[in-house]
Amino acid sequence: MSAPMDVCERVLELVDAGAEAEVRVTTGAEALTRFATGFIHQNVADEVRQVHLRVAVDGRVAEATTNQVGSDALGQLVRSALDAAALQPPDPGWPGLAPIAEAPAVDHWDDATANADPSARAERVGAFVNAADGLETAGFCSTEGMHVAFANSAGQRLTGRTTSAQLDGIARTGTSDGSERAASVRLADLDGAAAGAEANRRAREAADAADLEPGSYEVVLSPSCVVNVLSFLAIYGFNARAVEEGRSFTRIGEAQFDESVSLADDVAHPLAAGIGFDAEGTPKRRVELVNDGVTSGLVHDRRTAKALGAESTGHAVPGGGAFGALPANLVLDGGTATPDELVASVRRGLLVTDFWYTRVLDPRTIVVTGLTRNGVWLVEDGRIVRPVTNLRFTQSFVDALGPGAVKGVGADQALIGGATFGFGSYVVPSLHLAAWNFTGGAKG
Amino acid sequence: MFEYADAAVEAAIAAGARYADARVMDRRHESMAARNGEIEGLNQEQSVGIGVRALIGSGWGFASTADLGADAARRAGAEAAAIARASASVPGADLELTPVEVRQDHWANEVVEDPLAVPLAEKGDMLVTVTRTMREHGADTANAGYDIWDTTKWLASSEGHRIDQHIVECGAHMDATANGETETQRRSYPGIRGQYGTRGWELVRELDLPGNAARIAEEARALLTAPECQSHDAIDLIIGSEQMALQIHESVGHAVELDRILGWEAAFAGTSWLDLAQLGSLRFGSNLMNVTADATLPGALGSFGYDDEGTPAHPVDIVKDGMWVGVLSGRDSAALAGIAESGGAVRGDGYNRLPMVRMTNVGLLPGDSSLEDMIAATEDGILVDTNRSWSIDDKRLNFQFGCEIGWEIKNGKRGRMIKNPTYTGIGPRFWQSLDMLGNESEWTFWGTPNCGKGQPGQIGHTGHPSVPCRFRGVRVGVRG
Repeated sequence: MSAPMDVCERVLELVDAGAEAEVRVTTGAEALTRFATGFIHQNVADEVRQVHLRVAVDGRVAEATTNQVGSDALGQLVRSALDAAALQPPDPGWPGLAPIAEAPAVDHWDDATANADPSARAERVGAFVNAADGLETAGFCSTEGMHVAFANSAGQRLTGRTTSAQLDGIARTGTSDGSERAASVRLADLDGAAAGAEANRRAREAADAADLEPGSYEVVLSPSCVVNVLSFLAIYGFNARAVEEGRSFTRIGEAQFDESVSLADDVAHPLAAGIGFDAEGTPKRRVELVNDGVTSGLVHDRRTAKALGAESTGHAVPGGGAFGALPANLVLDGGTATPDELVASVRRGLLVTDFWYTRVLDPRTIVVTGLTRNGVWLVEDGRIVRPVTNLRFTQSFVDALGPGAVKGVGADQALIGGATFGFGSYVVPSLHLAAWNFTGGAKG
Repeated sequence: MFEYADAAVEAAIAAGARYADARVMDRRHESMAARNGEIEGLNQEQSVGIGVRALIGSGWGFASTADLGADAARRAGAEAAAIARASASVPGADLELTPVEVRQDHWANEVVEDPLAVPLAEKGDMLVTVTRTMREHGADTANAGYDIWDTTKWLASSEGHRIDQHIVECGAHMDATANGETETQRRSYPGIRGQYGTRGWELVRELDLPGNAARIAEEARALLTAPECQSHDAIDLIIGSEQMALQIHESVGHAVELDRILGWEAAFAGTSWLDLAQLGSLRFGSNLMNVTADATLPGALGSFGYDDEGTPAHPVDIVKDGMWVGVLSGRDSAALAGIAESGGAVRGDGYNRLPMVRMTNVGLLPGDSSLEDMIAATEDGILVDTNRSWSIDDKRLNFQFGCEIGWEIKNGKRGRMIKNPTYTGIGPRFWQSLDMLGNESEWTFWGTPNCGKGQPGQIGHTGHPSVPCRFRGVRVGVRG
């Protein structure tokens, strides 16, 4: 097909001069090799192509999307959007188009990953399976390379590209599962044998777990769990839409978190993946959300910025106008402790590998219920005593990170892909928290 | 379009596949959303392409392209075979496929009023009106929206299938949120996910959003001052049909997916507490519990003529008189499990996703009681409805669900409205406590348009016929 920016320009040429218009063209390839019960059972590749158009005619807004790029298809795309806009009432919240501005110079790209063939993924899967040392295994290895071009009738022109690769798997003993995951811009960074060995170790050490009485326990949360927690804070808290609607816990300038918590959204972080602008063509800014425990910022799209008298921070998500703005590249500052040192500082608590099926009960205080998964261990006086069976928790994620609640921050910052609800990838360390409210055993 | 599907299949077979199928899909999706009396989004999307599935040894290869044409189709077919061949480098036992009658057929669901032909202005006016009404009646934030999908797909296989289907689906939703000093309360209609079906715009008209907007806004406001649902270790719980749909979806539907039972989803969606060795002999629920997976129900969201492997839609018994008797399956999973025929439950989300086991219409058959009978028969209990939160473990055993609204039941009468009701339980223990079941007049075909599964992620459209139910001795009011 034509270069993505050429398609953008062709679409803009078809739009009437009186209309505001923005076009986003995404092209690329995504592939995923999936294994279970020790063999590759599903293996897929998809050529990605999407042309998205948003028009505003006298404040009347409509969007249209196609995956075809022929002249007829693009003409139909433009007609659909303009015809639909003409039938709409004016949108008083329409913020107008993004002005001309340069995006940060990020290029999270690796040619080898973008062009990885099925054998490259299968090789890592095979290494994972072999390293599990006879245990049953399951998981996936994926590669992705995406190009995005953006153009609008206000003159903004931006292009970006990003690659990503993930390896995520479990080993299973029959009474326990152990997991390991890795993510990077480069497939070459993913070590299937190392991941399989770690999953194998965790599974075996989690075997024959015994029940534990529910209650409040100290916890050491892996980076995977921490990503889960931060996802909820992002959606329900730092999203300016939630603030605008009075649903957010955030109070700018207040020490709502432990002083060890510093959280930012930063697409330019060296471990991050992603492109330097958002779905509306606004450059992504680095936004400090929490600074030494003090809530210090929100993420905006153009609509929330207009509503709250702010500037867009470049965090609009495709199709997310009604949802608000989301930070896709959260970075939680790391500390100095190794994961073992975090465990050594626990008086009596639990070491948790993964969370599962977390859902919000109260969006204001972000009370969430969910379960543990893939390995939980009781820790007493700084030593792992025994594995325990999975537990259900019901916990305010805001309170969990509140003042005085964070007892240790790991030095093991890692990129975790596929944040809980599928957007973005976060760079986070392990955390030692003072209390976590376990409300039941998974067996009842 | 069959010519492209044929070309893809032929290329995959020529490249070494022992079986291949291809689906050309043309899907249009229209959605509109309004907030607080203003239209906030209108999107019209069209995606067209071909997806090819090739089987070599123990593994599938799947490739897709948005380029429609014989050459592109042949490239996709060859790529699917090459990917399947790479799968064989980490092999298992050869996958077999259960036999299925090869058919050439056309199928379409009944549509009274084409939803894409209803003027945008009319659809927009409805959303604007209901969100204004909700605002006028106490909502701080009022949202409403609709979705329409119009899908045509053409399936061809190396066994000779030639099946085209035209499926129209639509539905609508609205919700009102009221903000208190330290909390928010929300009421949704018809349910948290709205209501959807394989029907035309007549479904949306029947929902009567305008007639319910004021009520849900007032209920959301009233919930702010309602008493909190108290904690009970064991109390009688009456669950309305919307929440029951979620209960069925999460604790029955996913648990009986054969791919989960076989471990194919172990690392992501999870497995199942069910063991195939107990199929036919395990008690899942009380004698009142009868669950079917039936893709033939007219108008239900999980209905179709053929699944994406060409298996004709047919009803499958899942739980009969409380005993576990069936699973949701496809041709490969059924063969591996030693089940004679596919359950016809394999579907893909668009042309670019590998078809996999998905729920069809998994639901409860009605009984002979009613919601009012249940209330009258309950001395001390709680009535809850409209799902608000849902969480269940990776074996589909331990669940904790929250609802938007509840009422105390005292001495056979509905009492005070209560807020933040939650309940928790263990699947079979919970279902065995079922002792009253709503009747056919209360049987509602709820539609869930957002069931996530698979990697890469796929969104499935599933149906859940359900009725109000009463359960005994349930733990209610779990707090954080």
